[in-house]
Amino acid sequence: MSNFDFSTTLGNAFFNTPIFTASGCASSGKELAQFFPLNEIGAVVTKSVMNKPRYGRPTPRMAETPSGMLNSIGLQGPGIDAFLAKDVPWLVEQKSRVIVSIAGETVEEYATLARKVRSVAGISALEVNISCPNVENRGLVFACDPEASRRVIDGVRKTIGGEIPIIAKLSPDVTNLPAIAQGVVEAGADCLALINTVLGMVINLDSMRPHLGGKTGGLSGPAIKPVAVRAIYQVHSALPQVPILGMGGVASGRDALELILAGASGVSVGTASFGNPHAVIDIQSELRELLITKGFPSLKSAIGYAHRQEEV
Amino acid sequence: MSDINRGATHFNATVLANKRVGQYHQIVLGIGDLVKSCRPGNFVAIKVGGDSSKLILRRAFAISRVSESVSFGGTMELIVAPHGTGSKWLCSQSEGVELDIVAPLGTAFGIPTTPVNALLVGGGYGSAPLFGLAEVLKARGCKVDMLLGASIGAKIYAPMEGKRSVNSLKIYTEDGSMGELGRVTEPITRLVENGEVDVIYSCGPMGMLRAISEITNGTDVVHQCAVEEAMACGIGICMTCVLPVKDENGQIAMLRSCIDGPVMDGAQVQWHLVGQIPEVAP
Repeated sequence: MSNFDFSTTLGNAFFNTPIFTASGCASSGKELAQFFPLNEIGAVVTKSVMNKPRYGRPTPRMAETPSGMLNSIGLQGPGIDAFLAKDVPWLVEQKSRVIVSIAGETVEEYATLARKVRSVAGISALEVNISCPNVENRGLVFACDPEASRRVIDGVRKTIGGEIPIIAKLSPDVTNLPAIAQGVVEAGADCLALINTVLGMVINLDSMRPHLGGKTGGLSGPAIKPVAVRAIYQVHSALPQVPILGMGGVASGRDALELILAGASGVSVGTASFGNPHAVIDIQSELRELLITKGFPSLKSAIGYAHRQEEV
Repeated sequence: MSDINRGATHFNATVLANKRVGQYHQIVLGIGDLVKSCRPGNFVAIKVGGDSSKLILRRAFAISRVSESVSFGGTMELIVAPHGTGSKWLCSQSEGVELDIVAPLGTAFGIPTTPVNALLVGGGYGSAPLFGLAEVLKARGCKVDMLLGASIGAKIYAPMEGKRSVNSLKIYTEDGSMGELGRVTEPITRLVENGEVDVIYSCGPMGMLRAISEITNGTDVVHQCAVEEAMACGIGICMTCVLPVKDENGQIAMLRSCIDGPVMDGAQVQWHLVGQIPEVAP
């Protein structure tokens, strides 16, 4: 058991364990630090931050749905300068591994954010969120457009150089996900984050109008896990050499293992933390036990195992 | 490690009692030494529906009161209205059942260091945490008057033992079926104008909290209100339960009801902007 190798890599970044928080579901870590030491998990992926402070979308921002929930936060946040000055140093002080997630409205904003992130020490990887569904104009969801996705990643790659790996976070709400994945990898993404939330809506039966202030919201939770498994399997099949950070409805070690067998090198736990503040650390122990029970000598030997050839 | 959620603990608490009180359920949980961290105004987040439930989010309830006794140790009391699927499930749990809870969460009512004239205003079962608060205020030598309101008499929560901890208790119902006919906010204007109140503590529907803030605006009366906004996590990570609140510099920020609340300064909450986004960029 002590010989079991639980470590993983995303591009040139090494992590002791493959379980991370999911961007937008752990703020910048402080809130969860009351429940478990942040340095015991693979990394904290911080909430996607924009260049300027942002109010986000109006309330109501939440609707619970069967085995899931819709959120319509709209990237509320302090802006990159305050975030890098306060939140990152605090995480580094906790000896936590940090993956910073950025979101922009233009190709230039992403490049600006990348330049600022580059100037700060202690960041293991950069997640480029090009798939937040909660923006005013759906046309602005870069990850729904292969050309726009490429341009964002190309701009970030040119700015950041080769120092830290770039993780492109993609949306499952597209017709041809492998083609979009291929495009961002060609533009310089080292790794892919799959999946962002799925666009959804709830109608309030009292008002008989869309319930959320922003009308539409992102669906997360166990309800979307099969969509995540499918997306990871499809992309790993098309691009087996590209590491995938998988997320989407993971609420147990068994769920995490499914994503890993489909091709994920690491797994982020998001909405599960809302219902269970210990979810990330619990899932991490469950996954470790499960891998050992199944006879895998290492986490890495399980990645993409569902794709193996039929035994003859 | 961090100031946020300090004192909050995630554990299994046993249901010691669950009885129907009018339209509500009074649920008592055994929480041991955790009583020492609980303050009036704090809330608890409870997992509902059991392990195979399709409900993935906790339900937040104001802690009505905590106490310590030789026979039960530390206990926490909740007043729950069986409205939705989650609260109905909770109200159906019998003695001995273990509940997965996270508590105490959120801000508490500020307690004055010197005796003051306190007015406690509760709407519906929003009165529940006010009785625990009343005991603390009485112990500090405060004069404690209470006003309770609801649409109908059946929705008033006013336990007999709670009445002992207040100097006066008046009830208002919109249909006149209990106490006086009218809204609970009606007598407040006069009490504030006559200088009979130093601090108002309120808990209930947002409309009631807003109406009280409008009365206390421009006066010296402090209004501490426990707000209510739909929340997914209760621990500050989901960002769904935000309210527009003005800080000392006059800047409006979207603050989380679960971390910067539920008890907030009514004068700082921008009630007219709830459900909107402030126009000027922060």
